[in-house]
Amino acid sequence: MSAILSVRGLEKTFGSVVAARDITLDVPRQQSIGIIGANGAGKTTFVNMITGYLRPSKGSILFEDRDITGLPSRAITRLGIARSFQVAQVFPSLTVDENVAAAVAVARTRASLLMSAITPLASAPATAEAEELMTLFQLGDYRNARAATLPQGVRKLLDIAMALVGAPRVLLLDEPTSGISIEEKFAVMELIMTALASRRTTVLFVEHDMEIVARYAERVLAFHDGTVIADGPPTQALADPTVQTLICGTAPLGVAAGEVLHAQGLRS
Amino acid sequence: MTWRNTLVGALAFAVVASAAVVLPAWLMSLATIALANALVVLGLIILWRAGLVPFGQALFYATGAYTVALLGRFTDLRDAVLFVIAAALLSGILAYLVGLLLARYRDIFFAMLSLAMSMILYGVLVKTETLGSTDGFHVESATFFGSALHGRTAELVLFWFVLAWCALAALVVSVYFRSVAGSLAVPVREREIRLEFLGISVNRLIHLKLIIAGTLAGIGGALAALAVEHVDPTMAYWTTSGGFVFVTILAGAGSIAAAFIGSFLFELVRSVAVDLMPGTWQIILGTVLLLTILFLPGGLGSVVTVGRRRLGIKTP
Amino acid sequence: MLTAFAILTDGLVYAAYLFVVAIGLSLIFGVMKILNVTHGSFYAFGAYGAAIAVGAYFNADYAAAGGFLLMGVVAIVVGLVLGLLIERGLLRVVYGRDEVVVVLVTYSAFLILEDVLRLLWGTESYALYQPLAIGGNVMVGGLVLSGYDIGLVVFAIVLAFAASYALRHTRYGRLLTVVIFDRELAAAFGINVSVMYTVTFVLGAILGALGGAVMAPKIAVTLGIGVEVIVLAFAVVIIGGLGSIEGALIGALIVGTCRAAAVHLVPQLELFVIYAVMALVLVFRPYGLFTRAQPRKI
Ligand SMILES: Nc1ncnc2c1ncn2[C@@H]1O[C@H](COP(=O)(O)OP(=O)(O)OP(=O)(O)O)[C@@H](O)[C@H]1O
Ligand SMILES: [Mg+2]
Repeated sequence: MSAILSVRGLEKTFGSVVAARDITLDVPRQQSIGIIGANGAGKTTFVNMITGYLRPSKGSILFEDRDITGLPSRAITRLGIARSFQVAQVFPSLTVDENVAAAVAVARTRASLLMSAITPLASAPATAEAEELMTLFQLGDYRNARAATLPQGVRKLLDIAMALVGAPRVLLLDEPTSGISIEEKFAVMELIMTALASRRTTVLFVEHDMEIVARYAERVLAFHDGTVIADGPPTQALADPTVQTLICGTAPLGVAAGEVLHAQGLRS
Repeated sequence: MTWRNTLVGALAFAVVASAAVVLPAWLMSLATIALANALVVLGLIILWRAGLVPFGQALFYATGAYTVALLGRFTDLRDAVLFVIAAALLSGILAYLVGLLLARYRDIFFAMLSLAMSMILYGVLVKTETLGSTDGFHVESATFFGSALHGRTAELVLFWFVLAWCALAALVVSVYFRSVAGSLAVPVREREIRLEFLGISVNRLIHLKLIIAGTLAGIGGALAALAVEHVDPTMAYWTTSGGFVFVTILAGAGSIAAAFIGSFLFELVRSVAVDLMPGTWQIILGTVLLLTILFLPGGLGSVVTVGRRRLGIKTP
Repeated sequence: MLTAFAILTDGLVYAAYLFVVAIGLSLIFGVMKILNVTHGSFYAFGAYGAAIAVGAYFNADYAAAGGFLLMGVVAIVVGLVLGLLIERGLLRVVYGRDEVVVVLVTYSAFLILEDVLRLLWGTESYALYQPLAIGGNVMVGGLVLSGYDIGLVVFAIVLAFAASYALRHTRYGRLLTVVIFDRELAAAFGINVSVMYTVTFVLGAILGALGGAVMAPKIAVTLGIGVEVIVLAFAVVIIGGLGSIEGALIGALIVGTCRAAAVHLVPQLELFVIYAVMALVLVFRPYGLFTRAQPRKI
């Protein structure tokens, strides 16, 4: 099984903060990978670099043996790598229907801008693709609701459904279950993973809930301070003593805020 | 639904065209200018839907106007159609060039950069002797399909000519609004990131909008030059742009018709206000603009939409 | 050689004036993220106020120093009255709406105030000639420099230092940097952002009016001066980078020198040069010399 995605010596610094350091790994086709790590460990940064939102300070990224380092995110999307976001990035004042329709329309005309200026928004095949995605993610009931009014979980599903437009081969999910109540988490994750499996999508998902990771990941990457400190099957990686102390039981938010005020000398 | 809109639009243009025959001269010349300016507003509506407000659209307006004026002054060309096409091309190309820089900006940066661009042209116009300096210069009368016209006939034909361009522009813009690129205005305004991650360049989408809006403004300027028969640098000045922005906000981004109605009302109120209450025109402008922003964020067009919803009519 | 020297001195004087006007605009933007078109009105009211009040003062033959002090007083009064009126009465209502909408609101206020100027003082133009006469002339290297201009440059330098000192070393300044850094965070830590806004806006307004007041002796105070200045000040702060003192300073120097060079060498290009330089800067540094575009966290 050859790797669909390869990462070599990836590094990212923000001023003096090192958000990613020497990350090297291969992702085989159709694997499902869970990414864990404390707040600020560099998980989102990793996802951002692969999807072209951030340019790595060092290192390279290969997708199907093609170097995609430094490409803009829209180019990477067109090649077949899609993502969802930690905070769902949907069009708030559009309805669910319109959100999906917009996504499908964009995916279908992204080759030529001039064409897109005269192609009507709605077409039969586009509607069919939109319907399929709506069914897959059980969004039918919310069809006419504005995205801004959706429950957190549904909005996340919409976000993922939109990422899946155009059938990407690799999908990166940044905390798909954040903001969703404990009772619903498993149901949501089940829905997502079933949908992805039916489309043979390779998936990397960032997740804080270890139970979910243990259930849905075939492989776990544990991040700490920008480096991968453990990489292996869940049973092994989650049992790693360093992972246990550093990640499975971590301090919540609030640190960054303190730092700022401290830097301003407002707090002794 | 869309067919019905097109039909209603065509009917409206036909009615206005026939009504022109009985319009008094002052009203017709006012309406001619209002229609020409409405084209600029139509372009601004395209941008406003995407949350962009250029404070320098007068750049293209003036470019269109001066194209006509200069062609008349330095060449033997007199054909009105040719004039307008030349103006459209030139302002379109200029919009493309300016757009290379402008399309990278949003919000106030976009607004003020566009303003700066128009001020460059203003500076050049004011200081260049051959372009008429501060006073500008007279625009030669155009011919329509080979014949030079005079008096009432000339006014009437010019009005129809302007109206025809407006109809064409309305049609083109309505096709654009229904297209993929045109319907992405709200997405551009609300979540650029999502669009980029769907594989489309937001900057290029905006660049296209700029080119369309710039071309429309150029046509508007050309028609205005034909109507007023004079050009001067204030056509590029930022208060001119401000006036267009004003009508855009007042009209709202909701409909094409609003651009024309808004522009007409604007000219009407202005001519009345200047007569009755000299020195307070800007107070009226400012107050109306404020009230619109505060109490009618969707503009005049939204009154119709809200009205229809109240009456239970589904809006397109 | 003499031309080069003239360009330099003219540029410096012009820069000094631009800086005084631009720093208020930049301050308001940095803190409130509002591009305040009304700044042009503050400037115009400052200029009219100074031309009328200070002119009357000098005509009454009081001590000269008091006249210059009066310019400051006029600026403070104008800034307080208009600043409070606009911020409390108007902006307060639209906080949280799109940046562009807020610009439009300030634009409306600007339009209204333009006509208020007209209603108050008519269409004639006012001249304030005494300060230039009192300042006298100095010969430097074969060039006649006006004493008032030199004073203006010194004043701008003092203002720059005072502002940067205040931002770093006073309590208000440090609180301000937190608000600039992250408004929500500041609110979360109990900083009264609302009051900070009012204070900032009034301060900015006073600076704008001060710009008008110190400029009054050098120009014909008439309708339309506010329009010009807002566009110029914008070019200045955009070149330097909105919301930074250094930016306003460097921007003012660049615009000032370029304009002076154009005036002396190719007068036709006077206006053109300023905006061309601005466009050029932006091609290479999209958000000005002193600010860097930061990727939004997602
Ligand atoms: N755009 C940025 N500018 C500056 N620093 C950044 C930026 N993005 C991330 N960082 C820093 O990089 C480090 C890693 O951040 P990242 O968002 O990748 O963490 P994370 O693992 O996704 O955390 P979380 O679980 O909170 O989402 C943090 O210290 C963060 O402050
Ligand atoms: Mg994260």
